[in-house]
Amino acid sequence: MSIERREARQPWILLSPALGAVALLLFVPLLFIVVYSFWLRSATGADTTGFHLDNWIKALSDPFYRYILLNTLKIAAITTVLCALLGYPAAYFIARSKGNKMILLLLLMLPFWISYIIRTMSWINILGASGAVNTGLMALGVISEPLQMLYNEAAVILGLVHFLLPFMVLNVYVSLEGIDTNLEDAATSLGATRWQSFLQVTLPLSLPGLAAGGLLCFVLGAGTYITPLVLGGPRDAMFANLVFEAIITQLNWPLGSALSLLLLMVLGVLVAIYNRYLGMAQLAKGLG
Amino acid sequence: MDNTKRYERLLERYRNGDMDRRNFLGLIGAAGAAYGLQTPFARYANAQTVQQVRFDGWGGVVSEAFRKHAFDPYTAATGINVVDGTFSGGDEYLAQVRSSQEGEFNIAHLSGVFDYARYVNFGLTVELNTDNIPNMAMVMDALTDAYRRVTPDYLSAVPYNYGTTGLAYNRKYISDEEMKEKGASILIDEAYKDKIGGWSDWRTRIWYGALQTDQDPNNITDMDAVWDAIRSHRDLALKYWGSGAELMSLLAEEEIYVTEGWSGRIAALQEQGHDIGYYDPPNGFGWQECLFVIKGSPVEACEELLNFMLAPETSIAVAEGQNYPPALDGTKVDLGTKIPTLPAYDPTGTLDALTFADPAYWNGNEAEWSETFSRVQRGF
Repeated sequence: MSIERREARQPWILLSPALGAVALLLFVPLLFIVVYSFWLRSATGADTTGFHLDNWIKALSDPFYRYILLNTLKIAAITTVLCALLGYPAAYFIARSKGNKMILLLLLMLPFWISYIIRTMSWINILGASGAVNTGLMALGVISEPLQMLYNEAAVILGLVHFLLPFMVLNVYVSLEGIDTNLEDAATSLGATRWQSFLQVTLPLSLPGLAAGGLLCFVLGAGTYITPLVLGGPRDAMFANLVFEAIITQLNWPLGSALSLLLLMVLGVLVAIYNRYLGMAQLAKGLG
Repeated sequence: MDNTKRYERLLERYRNGDMDRRNFLGLIGAAGAAYGLQTPFARYANAQTVQQVRFDGWGGVVSEAFRKHAFDPYTAATGINVVDGTFSGGDEYLAQVRSSQEGEFNIAHLSGVFDYARYVNFGLTVELNTDNIPNMAMVMDALTDAYRRVTPDYLSAVPYNYGTTGLAYNRKYISDEEMKEKGASILIDEAYKDKIGGWSDWRTRIWYGALQTDQDPNNITDMDAVWDAIRSHRDLALKYWGSGAELMSLLAEEEIYVTEGWSGRIAALQEQGHDIGYYDPPNGFGWQECLFVIKGSPVEACEELLNFMLAPETSIAVAEGQNYPPALDGTKVDLGTKIPTLPAYDPTGTLDALTFADPAYWNGNEAEWSETFSRVQRGF
């Protein structure tokens, strides 16, 4: 075997364990889900094998699923915008701070050390009828009855922002760190105010990081089901809750498979659009 | 037929002279080879039958009581370890069992006769030999009969405890008299808007919808009226709870004043000093739990463990821990002082005062109703 051929094969040999793991743990289960989505649930609950389009027709044509899917995308979009608005200043502050950058980054990572469910449930102790906010306001005489702040869509969005904000901050921070600060100095030396130099130099250069953070927040937000379960009211649900109900409560694995693939496809299209215009390299950079 | 019986029959034929030694050893060897070759996973299942039995339940004080009064004495007597697992809901657990290898899960503490029927429908049953479970003699016939109606020729479970899903209310805001007067309709009373809760379980929502529209929950004739009642409740409710811990938290923190609740959980709240009332309305939702042996389990080892679990000292300790009366008949066994004070306790041993879900009726409608409830819950 020639040296060229051997060198050409080496990357594939090195990659083969990872590719094998991805194939076994991602593509094979996905294939099972695809096959399941064409089966049918029978009256006794057992599944009828075969090739049936019923689940797909239902998932795509039923206004109920369309409504919940659109509502999920709406909640994810609002969460992403809020994360961007709150996360950018925080990332900017960390990137431009001198000396204590590592401590600030450590503080940013600190929430990841606590379970996501515990973090979500902590809002009950903060915003609940007997929570810190209501107790404080009543002690100060500002209100006489507890305010109803939990178990609605706003509480769901709040919980998601709490969960996703660090992802946004980290991505924007990585992007800001890569910008040469001499460019801002050059802009100010040419007569631009600090605000103008931010708007015309720093912000455009950090947009890839903002977009990568936005994509992560959107995809993770759209796929969540714990937050609406803990902080939502009777009506509040996201698409993942319907998948959970179809598979776990109704034991309708074929329909649940079709619904989960539908969500995967919608989010996949968004990732493809992102990749087309901004490239996945920025996302890997932000995660790295 | 289990492996032991198969071996004993071959041995008997050999000893009776019906089979020569060469054939006997050949058949034993062939059986071993066939078993070893049928699947690489079978070896592990076989190892589990010899060495351990897995039990899955609701965890907490129930698990502790089982460990102390049943599992440890059972291990001491048989040398078989009991692996103790927990689940948060029966639906989730059934999904796990369905996707597992046979023999991976052995005994489960399941809710409701409809759960028993679901496991029957999925072909997950075994045939218990109740002669190997002498403590079954102390169990109320009314509870056992409910399972026999599903599987007339055999049992795959033993009854273990029962309770009700009645109305729980904060006495600071709702009097006992008001509760008795309004009954199930208090859950759709606009006076308590945003202070009403409810379990997210579709069966309970429909059961209470039937009560609110004056219908028999086991024979609903006007389903549209029930859905309308569920919609009314949905619009007035602050939160659908999904676990006993969440139910207790919502009531204790006064997020809600009234909801349906599990009798044992409400008794626990009362023990903690919360002034929470409990009322079973006419046709209130009664249910029973069982210890179900799942297909592929080592049946004889499980039967022996069930006997330990049904022993009065274990049953009473578990009942006192979880605040649900045991399946043991109070007319046959001395149940102590606490159990007769528990909500839903029936001293007659007949359970005539409780209404249980008809499994055939509810399971027959499960597919349609559970899906429709999912829609109604979200505003459709």
